[in-house]
Amino acid sequence: MDEFSFSILLAGVIAGAAPIIFAAIGETITEKAGLINLSLDGTILLSAMVAFVTTYQSGSVLLGFAVAALVGATVAALVAIFSVYLEQNQVAVGFVLTLTARDLAYFLGNPYSRLPGPQAAPAPVPVLKELPFVGAVLFDHTWPVYLSLLVIMLCWWYLYRTPAGLKLRCVGENPWAAYARGMDPRKLQLYSALLGGMFVGIAGATFSLASKPGWGRPQGAEGTGWIALALVIFGGWNPVKAAIGAYLFAFLQISGIYLQGWFPSIPAQVFQVAPFPLMIFTLMIMYFTQRERARIWAGNTPWKKSLLKLFAGNAPAGLGKPYKTE
Amino acid sequence: MSEITAKPETLLGLLHSLLVTVATVFCFTCVILLAAGAPPLDAFFHIFKGALGSWVKFAHVVQAWIPLTLCACGLLYTFRIGLWNIGIEGQMIMGAVFATAVLRMGLHGGHPGWVLAASFVAGIIGGGIWAVIAGFLKTRSGVNEIFAGLGLNFVAQGIILWLIFGPWKRPGVASMSGTETLPAELWLGTLPHLRLTPTGVAFAVAAVVVSAVMLRYTRIGLNLRAIGSNRNAAFLFGLKPDHHLLLAMLFAGGFAGLAGNMQVTGVYHRLIPAISSNYGYLALLVVMLANYNVWLAPAVAFFFACLNVGSIQLPMMLQLDSSLSGVIQGALVLATLALHGWRKRRSLRAPQRKPDG
Repeated sequence: MDEFSFSILLAGVIAGAAPIIFAAIGETITEKAGLINLSLDGTILLSAMVAFVTTYQSGSVLLGFAVAALVGATVAALVAIFSVYLEQNQVAVGFVLTLTARDLAYFLGNPYSRLPGPQAAPAPVPVLKELPFVGAVLFDHTWPVYLSLLVIMLCWWYLYRTPAGLKLRCVGENPWAAYARGMDPRKLQLYSALLGGMFVGIAGATFSLASKPGWGRPQGAEGTGWIALALVIFGGWNPVKAAIGAYLFAFLQISGIYLQGWFPSIPAQVFQVAPFPLMIFTLMIMYFTQRERARIWAGNTPWKKSLLKLFAGNAPAGLGKPYKTE
Repeated sequence: MSEITAKPETLLGLLHSLLVTVATVFCFTCVILLAAGAPPLDAFFHIFKGALGSWVKFAHVVQAWIPLTLCACGLLYTFRIGLWNIGIEGQMIMGAVFATAVLRMGLHGGHPGWVLAASFVAGIIGGGIWAVIAGFLKTRSGVNEIFAGLGLNFVAQGIILWLIFGPWKRPGVASMSGTETLPAELWLGTLPHLRLTPTGVAFAVAAVVVSAVMLRYTRIGLNLRAIGSNRNAAFLFGLKPDHHLLLAMLFAGGFAGLAGNMQVTGVYHRLIPAISSNYGYLALLVVMLANYNVWLAPAVAFFFACLNVGSIQLPMMLQLDSSLSGVIQGALVLATLALHGWRKRRSLRAPQRKPDG
């Protein structure tokens, strides 16, 4: 820990957060349309395995990413079909799919365990990389990391600035009203699940081809899906805030590594669980800040009000309540 | 969560759905096995032989059945009130931790029988505490039980690792193989020549009977169901949803903690990082596949235990990963859900002829 450099730390945060951002953005899109895809954790592992195997066999990283996106979309399609068209409990379907996808990944990926494989090559941006500080932090990464930065903005633009995004949010808030306006809520939820699932698949590929290259049991991506699900809530169903959450989480993870250097007697696994109690704590704070008492406490004090606003975030009103024909 | 209440079905209908489900999953598993380049029938044969091929193996299955059944019984209470107690995994871990703490204290004296009995109580308390924390987070702090439970699972995993590598480490070396093995007088008694604990079986059977009676014939069971089906109506009837929610969590945690204790005193005789063996998560699938039925749950648990124990043969005999059991289990639940959904759709359409969408 001699060369503790702030720019290296920040660059690590931006690179480490990339897969979590993909997953959280994907889930935000899905949940904005009112559908909960609880299968994230398993889907990430399955797509990570598929991405690694595809790239290992074909040598093309891009193909690995494409196939992973397809896998993510397929699992999401299952969630959507089961919950929207067959009217089964979304949570149940998602949970079962999480476990099944994870075991499927371990089973089919077994022959490819611990093999040295290809990965996304570093792609520093030619001129911008030379910039002091900013260059090292932002412009010296692999391309999936740049993509993660781009996706945050694209997702925000899609949800809040396009007609398609408006329709999607409308279905999430009130599927019956959307139906009355001539939309097909089921189809829209299916599409949003497919789109979100693609990003979850890309998250998996980012793990096995960039962040934690390779495949094995455990891969190292375990638990990320649950973190991403919590980040969607933390972000108040806003993609930009969810991404900020992802950066905070990556920062915590990396500081865990430093902390471990300072307290070598405590095993690494203990630091790895640190974000989870923090997740519970944030959810608690979010709940309390939205109560009447908090509003009275804030009164008209500007900084108190903006503090509350920071934690504010309303779930899409139709979240988890599938549109039914009866 | 109104779909949690089991629908009465005719025996023929049940048999029919069972056949369809099993056939679908069988075909799916064959495809998966072929994709992995393995002969499907050989794999099924090895799983079957690995689970029921000898009395020794059957004893292993029963040892896996005990914690699965205990957790499944606990989950029946939380499902009945409409809670998703994913935290059952952590509750089982904390049961094992509390039990080990008592057993370690018992090393310095005390009659082994009493120490064992105390460890049972400690296990129940440990699991109960962990469940009630998740319950309070839900009732007082508005944290969804799925996230609270999940977070607490990871925390419990952290605690167990910290104990094994820190305060409870083996003299000299700390390793993933766990704490020091307990002296034999603190083990649960087994049948001669078989690693099967009659006490464990007795507890699991008792749990099933107690849960069946509690859920069907007592006021608590009725209240849980009432709140689970319509929270607001139950509240207007003067029931306290929050109290019952905590009570259901307490039951679930208690049973899970007992299961954790069984893993320590009956199976591993020490604390290991993977003490829960994912049985908590698996129990959620058991209860779903059993359609939330108290009497079906132990049967499904037995089948799942067979799959789990039998698939241990796969790495040795066919160089496959043992996670195939998980794939089969998950596929079974998915197929059942699909069938339910399909029926619902058809029954909605056929008699009323309502226009779709």
